[in-house]
Amino acid sequence: MMEKMIFGRYIPGDSFVHRLDPRSKLVFVFAFILVVFLANNIVTYAFLLAFTLLVILMSRIRLYFLINGLKPVMILLVFTFLIHILFTREGDIVFELGFFKVYEEGLRQGIFISIRFLVLVFMTSILTLTTSPISITDGIEVLLNPLKKVKMPVHELALMMSIALRFIPTLMDETDKIMKAQMARGSDLSAGPIKERVKAVVPLLVPLFVSAFKRAEDLATAMEVRGYRGGEGRTRYRQLKWDWRDTISLVALVVMTALLVFYRN
Amino acid sequence: MGIKLQQVSYAYSMGTPFEKYALFDVDLTIPHGTYQAIIGHTGSGKSTILQHFNGLLKPSKGQVHIGDRVIAAGKKAKELKPVRQKVGIVFQFPEHQLFEETVLKDIMFGPMNFGVSEQEAEQRARELIHLVGLPEDTLNKSPFDLSGGQMRRVAIAGVLAMDPEVIVLDEPTAGLDPRGQKEIMDMFHALHKERGLTTILVTHSMEDAARYADKIAIMHEGRCVLNGTPLEVFADAETLEKYRLELPHIVRFQRKIEKLMNKSLSKICLTEEELAAEVAQALREGRDAQ
Repeated sequence: MMEKMIFGRYIPGDSFVHRLDPRSKLVFVFAFILVVFLANNIVTYAFLLAFTLLVILMSRIRLYFLINGLKPVMILLVFTFLIHILFTREGDIVFELGFFKVYEEGLRQGIFISIRFLVLVFMTSILTLTTSPISITDGIEVLLNPLKKVKMPVHELALMMSIALRFIPTLMDETDKIMKAQMARGSDLSAGPIKERVKAVVPLLVPLFVSAFKRAEDLATAMEVRGYRGGEGRTRYRQLKWDWRDTISLVALVVMTALLVFYRN
Repeated sequence: MGIKLQQVSYAYSMGTPFEKYALFDVDLTIPHGTYQAIIGHTGSGKSTILQHFNGLLKPSKGQVHIGDRVIAAGKKAKELKPVRQKVGIVFQFPEHQLFEETVLKDIMFGPMNFGVSEQEAEQRARELIHLVGLPEDTLNKSPFDLSGGQMRRVAIAGVLAMDPEVIVLDEPTAGLDPRGQKEIMDMFHALHKERGLTTILVTHSMEDAARYADKIAIMHEGRCVLNGTPLEVFADAETLEKYRLELPHIVRFQRKIEKLMNKSLSKICLTEEELAAEVAQALREGRDAQ
């Protein structure tokens, strides 16, 4: 199951999107998240959807792969859609089956919220799929740099983030191993009543925490031994470079925003 | 209980862009009561194959016979618990699986999952703690207060407590000191003999394979390329070389002695004791001939 998850996974490539500077991608995605909330009618939502599809196309990540990998999220999507349909009671009745009534406004809201959700999930996934975790943290560190003036430990935060990202696959492997070891000892995570299943999580979590703490300690020691003393005066191996692609993508976003402002009700 | 693999292939991440085969058409029959070693270079598929022995992995192609259960590709495998009770796996670094508050509870975890009563499970734990060479008062300690070697022993006891008929060992002594290694390997060998177990040892160590195994299978790039008695396997240094494996120290030492003495001994010796006896014999013969 975990093999198919694409959260936080990076797929190397050299498409237009891959080659963007992480700073511009981050700014783009965060701005986009805000811009999404400008949409409030069919035209604007259509714009959003088309824009997102264009970005996916330019990232050369197969749509099928993306949708397949986001299946767990889709459940949430369907759930929100149903909630909207069931509990909004405004406008005309579109569809009726016994006491189950679907109202026009509910359907509208349901579809809009779903698009909003989909667009957000796709865009953020594209960010992580096309940017290696290391460049994401590099980007964040540089973008947050001004906050150093107000004594924010920017370098430390970025380091924490890159360490966390770095250990996701390791912990996944570890989980798999421990799960198998406990299954071999007769613990069953996938069957039985809920109560039993919840109980079966303990033999998984305890060893996982123990090893995570041990790893953290080892890592801290290893860093200290190699003379790590925080970000002061530290130079970079990978230099970030802003080029025409980055400018273009940000301009595209500004145009998009203008269109939304213009066409919204 | 015997285990038989028929034309087993296994692919990780089947059906995704990351699909990768780790086993190709492996045929391997391990009859009841055999001490089978499986050796191979890193990445040869040893760890993948061992997860087929109790249904943790299901073959992508082919069949696995575990006793009278058949796990076949493409078919749903339900109720694997009875299989898992009969086939105990001691994974690499098994100390990572400990989680209970006390050693006693941790050892009892396996058997109680398989429906053994609390008294019976406790009884087993008390017997096993001695068997793995720890004092009885360890039972009331937290497993996380023990040393690495002691944790390893507790974890092994936890698998043995399930009372399996087949024991699968994945590098059970990795990272232990030489004396601890020998103690644990000797213990498994004694158990194998006493209880008539089927033992499968997955290892890098030619020495352990030579010393304990009845049969040795060699894995190379996902295929089982050779399966024979230690004498058969170690008679052919060139084939081993091809699979990036070496002769055990003791056999290499024998070859050197043979060169020095300018004559070959009557057989390949797999333990120090055997070699010493053989060399003494050869020397005696040499003197008699003069």
